[in-house]
Amino acid sequence: MKETEIKRLLSANVICIFSIIVATVIPSLFLENFSILGTHLTWLCICSASVGTVNIVLYFILKPNPSNRRTSLAHKVARFLRCCVYFFMSCILFHGIIVLYGAPLIESVLETFLFAVLLSTFTTLHCLCLLGPNIHMWLRVFSKNGAMSIWDSSLQITAMCSVVGAWLGAFPIPLDWDRPWQVWPISCSLGATFGYVAGLLIAPLWIYWNRKQLTYKSR
Amino acid sequence: MQRVPVLLFLAWTCFLFFSAIGLFTSGFLLMRVELANRSSCSDPLAASLPGPRAPLGSCWLPRRFPKAVLVIIDALKFEFAQYDPSRREPRPYENKLGFLHQLASLQPLHARLFRFRADPPTTTMQRIKGITTGSLPTFIDAGSNFASYAIQEDNLVWQLAQNGKRVVFMGDDTWDGLFPQAFHRSYFFPSFNVKDLHTVDDGILQHLYETVDGGEWELLIAHFLGVDHCGHKHGPDHPEMAKKLSQMNDMLRSLVDHLANDTLLLVAGDHGMTGTGDHGGDSEEEVNAALFVYSKAQLFQSHPPQEPETVPQVNLVPTLALLLGVPVPYSNIGEVMAELFAAEGGAASSLLAQLEAYSINARQVDRFLHSYSRAAQDISVEKLRRLQDLFSAAVEEHQQLSAQPGAPALPHLEHLRGRFRRYLQEARAVCAESWARFHPARMLAGCALLTSSCVLCYVASRVASGLSFSYRRLLLYPVLWGVVGVALPSLAHLLGWAAADLVLLSSWGAAASQCGFFWHCWAKWPWRSHAASACSPSAGTSLRQRLRASGLDSFVVAEAQVAPFLLASLVLLLVLRLHWEGRLEGGSPPALRLLGLLGVVLACARLSALFRQCREETPCCRSSTLLAPLSSLQDPGAKNSCYLLCLAVLALLAWGVRRWLRHYGNLNSPSAPVLFVRWGFPLLAVCVGGYWAITSGAEEALVKLHAWVQLALVAFPQGIFGLVLVGLLLVLWDPVTVFVRDSREPAEAPIVSPSSQAELQHVIPQLYRRMQQSLKSRLDEAKSGGRATVAAYGLGSVYSAALLICLALLGFLFMTLHSERLSLAFLLLFLEAFALLWMHGFLAGPDGSHPPTPDPFVVPWYALIAWALAAAQFFYATGHQPVFPAIHWNAAFVGFQQGHETNLLPALLVGANTFASHILFAAGCPLLLLWPFVCEMPTASKGKKSKAEPPDREEQMMEMRLREAPEKFSAALLQLGLKYLLVLGVQILACVLAAIILRRHLMVWKVFAPKFLFEALGFMVSSLFLLLGIGLVMRVDCAVSLWFKQLILAQSR
Ligand SMILES: [Zn+2]
Ligand SMILES: [Zn+2]
Repeated sequence: MKETEIKRLLSANVICIFSIIVATVIPSLFLENFSILGTHLTWLCICSASVGTVNIVLYFILKPNPSNRRTSLAHKVARFLRCCVYFFMSCILFHGIIVLYGAPLIESVLETFLFAVLLSTFTTLHCLCLLGPNIHMWLRVFSKNGAMSIWDSSLQITAMCSVVGAWLGAFPIPLDWDRPWQVWPISCSLGATFGYVAGLLIAPLWIYWNRKQLTYKSR
Repeated sequence: MQRVPVLLFLAWTCFLFFSAIGLFTSGFLLMRVELANRSSCSDPLAASLPGPRAPLGSCWLPRRFPKAVLVIIDALKFEFAQYDPSRREPRPYENKLGFLHQLASLQPLHARLFRFRADPPTTTMQRIKGITTGSLPTFIDAGSNFASYAIQEDNLVWQLAQNGKRVVFMGDDTWDGLFPQAFHRSYFFPSFNVKDLHTVDDGILQHLYETVDGGEWELLIAHFLGVDHCGHKHGPDHPEMAKKLSQMNDMLRSLVDHLANDTLLLVAGDHGMTGTGDHGGDSEEEVNAALFVYSKAQLFQSHPPQEPETVPQVNLVPTLALLLGVPVPYSNIGEVMAELFAAEGGAASSLLAQLEAYSINARQVDRFLHSYSRAAQDISVEKLRRLQDLFSAAVEEHQQLSAQPGAPALPHLEHLRGRFRRYLQEARAVCAESWARFHPARMLAGCALLTSSCVLCYVASRVASGLSFSYRRLLLYPVLWGVVGVALPSLAHLLGWAAADLVLLSSWGAAASQCGFFWHCWAKWPWRSHAASACSPSAGTSLRQRLRASGLDSFVVAEAQVAPFLLASLVLLLVLRLHWEGRLEGGSPPALRLLGLLGVVLACARLSALFRQCREETPCCRSSTLLAPLSSLQDPGAKNSCYLLCLAVLALLAWGVRRWLRHYGNLNSPSAPVLFVRWGFPLLAVCVGGYWAITSGAEEALVKLHAWVQLALVAFPQGIFGLVLVGLLLVLWDPVTVFVRDSREPAEAPIVSPSSQAELQHVIPQLYRRMQQSLKSRLDEAKSGGRATVAAYGLGSVYSAALLICLALLGFLFMTLHSERLSLAFLLLFLEAFALLWMHGFLAGPDGSHPPTPDPFVVPWYALIAWALAAAQFFYATGHQPVFPAIHWNAAFVGFQQGHETNLLPALLVGANTFASHILFAAGCPLLLLWPFVCEMPTASKGKKSKAEPPDREEQMMEMRLREAPEKFSAALLQLGLKYLLVLGVQILACVLAAIILRRHLMVWKVFAPKFLFEALGFMVSSLFLLLGIGLVMRVDCAVSLWFKQLILAQSR
């Protein structure tokens, strides 16, 4: 059972990585002058959108946390709306934290916000898909013994890796190399993306490695 | 409690650090004393000259050229100027200055190429100083004015202007800073954008030919920067360089067309460049520049040698001075270029003319060496004596020759010339040895000593947590070792076996006493068993990032942003880790409070960016307008609101301290410091407010009251200084801020009036159990009626109260010294410090909400690192930068409008201004230990009235817990001090390592050396105030003990 779960997780993660690659490669066929560095904002939008879509689709296909209750349509709509609100709030929150960390307040608001959207896609959207709009559940999952399935562990690892990647991405900015990728927020968003990809790869491997030690309580 | 040993141990550790820093500094920051003397025409040096020959406008030696053009092509490496027609495939930088080759080969007696050896440091500014003063500038030319880079020494430009020659300059605006207002006419172009290849060159070309033709000059200097900038941007091996050099070639060609026959043309590079286009160090590639000399009149009497001659850069100064007929600058140590002084008419007359120049040159150098050795002692006496011998022998021989009738023999003359040359070369070598070289051995030794001091701090802080810390073995014996370590070399020095100076002696002592410490430590303690890691990984990474931050020059430049970034990361990580470990219940009041504190810290860290000053290296950055004094604000409405805001900050500070004291019950105390808080603080605030009112622009409004305004400008600040001093002395004199109420009435009886109950809610009495017991034992048992209890209000926060009052006083002082609106930055500083303290209190305190940390007497590393980061952050956030032009010199004149007689007071004021944040955080460091104990109180006693009060109260020991365990208390203070010293020491160690590794770096003089200097001074100030802070805590402890004794006596009577 566990092996098959891990396989499912691995395939889902590979699809996510694939979606990022597609979001980087495909638009250059349609759009002129498209490049990650040159038209970074477009890339941010496309990347967030494609990762978001793939995540949602995967959620509907795989149903990692099947809920046994049957719910009405109205309930589903309300849940969806709440998800949207949560996502938006998390974008705002990330934006605020990024500004607190020293990003410019007024100039390049759009860049900062799109970067926040990207971070939210990598972290909050996953939470929303897996756990639903339930803050308490989120808080529980992000604690030491909070993971209850390999999906939760994977969520922990990918979210952490993306945030750490974004954090590390801030370090090259003050260097005087004058490279095009040192411009705000390119290095950070690239760092977050690399962190996310690394997290997606590490998560199944780590879970596979520690599958003996990992014992999940049922919910 | 052991007070003196703790302080002594800390002082000893500080001494170890100081001597290490001193040793490193003596090897790294070479010093040279600048002499104020200037040469003049009437100096007797040239008195031996036959006078009447001199044409008009000549000094010392008849001038050979009325005019000269000096073209400086920045970073013109020798290889750039060389031309080799046999080259098949020249590299981009080769064979591009064909015109020079053409001149030299067609007119060998008119033009010649030399190898021009620059002296390190090969940075443009030092080189310009070298080319104009003829000296070897070091990083610190003592005596120079730090506020500007202007050259104070005698120099060519000054000499020319003094003797009625017009100097016209065009090009690099570094010259503007070096020679303010010195030129007859000048065209400056901005130089600091290294990426810009053309602005300066194109600007010069626009004016050059026109000016040359105009002829209103005697010396024309044109400084081209394109080649240097091209090297920095692309490296020498790049097609751009080929273009740039070709442009220079064309420029020289047209320039020569425009030159008159009596004009001397000099084309020089100020330094070379490495393969990557950088410069600054002393590698062969960097010091090899080119010098090309040309004139339409015949210059040389002999044909050039096969291989171009090598000329030290300083030689240009006496040569040019004597050729143009002005005195040689006083501090010159260069040697005249003999070929240019050869006269027509045979070898003998050539030699005689050269000897004349040499003799003047030698006399001038000798005079300089005499004056210099009187002003400074860094050239050894033996060497000076040897030089003196060489000089007098040569001069004597020269005089004999001139006295001889008839033409002297040629070999005789050549021998004499050799003697002069040898003297001049040796003199230059001696100077270079003492000024222009690093001492790698001293640097490495200083670095090693610093490292071992850090290790010692770590080991000692580990050992100190055990109670078996023996001061005798770990302090007394090592100090004895150190005394022996000092005594041996000084004995050797006295007996004349080896030379030693103070720095060397102290570092010997430090090294010996460290050996002693490690020896005793290793022999007696199984301290390796304390292996459990106290350093959390998060704190470790954060510190490492800071280290890396000082390693790269861009991080030094950007440190103002890096420090708050790291602080925010560290704080956020702490909270997240708490959540991860499940110690933070979501939604509970403590958790919310912690989140609020986190928000405050983050917001303060972000807002502090508003008060940042910019460095030269970041041209697109704009300094905060908040740094300017209020008087510069035009709009009266904005000015008034800013002023009110600043007043609010003052009121807030005074009110905050009062509020805190009232909350903990210290405000009821009748002691003098509390009275000072009640009455002195508002008075202080009024004084500062009044002073700001006058400085911020009432001056214009009160023209009639000019005398009064002048008086107030002096009286207010001096009143503030006086009040602060009085406050500090009061705290020292009577630091116990406790209010005692003798309540012999039964405690169980309901408190009489509601008013007193309201009062009780404000003040927290401390029932000191131990005291009670001792009282009980002493008191008469016969008093059966009431329980003898003494309610001592504010006893639980007595240590922090004294410290806080002092910090607030210092805060007022620093606000006065800064410009008005920086008081907002100080508000942020206090807010952030308090938020950090509360967070630390929450994380480490024996609070009920989560399992307390194992030992409340140990201040964890993360807290200290956050504290040090905040100190670094607010150094920048109070408008400072570690560069000399960014120092707030105005602070020296706060309260002293007329200037000072001595240098001590202004140095203190400027130092207090510069290191304000270092001082506040270092002096406040003991709060990190005290705060968790202070935090103990509020959650337990507030709101829970149903709980049985008396036992609860007895548990509320707060800071008295520290007094309960005096041994642990002193150990904890020692450990705290050692840990903070270690954190600071690691920072300066990183700086030192960066300076060692990057001593060849382009930016070393501009970025790393000032950074090191500021960091070293900051370390000294911080450690001093750390000692004072800890000393104050001990003073309070002393006074509290005394107070208990008196209380007990009074009770037993
Ligand atoms: Zn230069
Ligand atoms: Zn340069």
